Amino acid sequence: MASLPPIDVPKGATGAGVFDAPVAPHQDPAHYDYLLRLGDDALILSQRLGEWCGHGPVLEVDISLANLALDLVGQATMLLNQAGDGDRLAFHRDVLDFKNCLLVEQPNGDFAQTIARHLLYSTWQHMLLQRLTQSSDQFLREFAAKAVKEIAYHRDLASEWTVRLGDGTEESARRMAEGLDWCWRFIPELFEVDASLQAAIDGGLAPDPRAFEQEYRSAIAAVLNDAKLDAPADQRPILGGRRGHHSEHLGHLLAVMQCLPRTYPDAVW
Amino acid sequence: MSSDWPLWEVFVRSKGGLAHRHVGSVHAPDAQLALAHARDTYTRRMEGVSLWVVPSAKIVASDPDQAGELFEPAASKIYRHPTFYDIPDEVKHI
Repeated sequence: MASLPPIDVPKGATGAGVFDAPVAPHQDPAHYDYLLRLGDDALILSQRLGEWCGHGPVLEVDISLANLALDLVGQATMLLNQAGDGDRLAFHRDVLDFKNCLLVEQPNGDFAQTIARHLLYSTWQHMLLQRLTQSSDQFLREFAAKAVKEIAYHRDLASEWTVRLGDGTEESARRMAEGLDWCWRFIPELFEVDASLQAAIDGGLAPDPRAFEQEYRSAIAAVLNDAKLDAPADQRPILGGRRGHHSEHLGHLLAVMQCLPRTYPDAVW
Repeated sequence: MSSDWPLWEVFVRSKGGLAHRHVGSVHAPDAQLALAHARDTYTRRMEGVSLWVVPSAKIVASDPDQAGELFEPAASKIYRHPTFYDIPDEVKHI
């Protein structure tokens, strides 16, 4: 007599409920939290870059910054929709519920400060995404494979501009140095591993950022060297974004971003 | 600021096998950023698979005042057009 075919139990399935259904991300707190962290980073940074639209230093740079913002809003849409109802998560959460890192919510400042923020974030994000293509989660693998190409360009463009500004005029070098100085204290948060992230790492979902901290520091140092800039002195790290403890800037950003859907909940395109 | 930057002419190859075509121009401080600006301005809707940028100042253009002597003589040479041949359907982009 032929034996029954083996039952293929999906990875991550729980014993509860329908036994062969993969556990939904929102049923695993660490998985849900990880999607929010990545999704909120992309969402908040895209909103910041979008603030440049119509205000870029020159037309070509205006378009460049808007393109970066569009890449990121696309990533945020994928990630937040995977976590739940993307629109509700983006527009109906309050500031304490956002899990983005503090770096991405920092104000644009001048063009140099925006470039400093983007260099520091996209270099980190690129190294993360390269490793996220090996995630145990199929969605995250596919997401990372698509996003890593977009972010490779972000990293290149931010590096190019850092070098142009740092190795440019006296004024551009001063502004670039000040921009880096503003953003520098938010680097340690990118490599912080708390209990939630540790659970995601243990589950094979997320790469451990500490594994590429040295590589990150070297990569940033190489760009600063090309830009003839000194790395800012390490400052007291500021942490807490991943737990919802944000700088005062995020509330103002959300007020602008969320105003319309909250005022007109039935608004449609 | 933009007016301080040189102008670059942008050429896009829309797909493999086709020639690069002139699509417009961008301002940029140097060649590398000219490529970035060209990419961001002219290929954001999947228009291309390859880009060239050339300093506009390096383009040698014909003198419009000479248009008569340069181009009008060709108008009466219809026999130079390959219209007296049958072109196979498989041959595209000729």
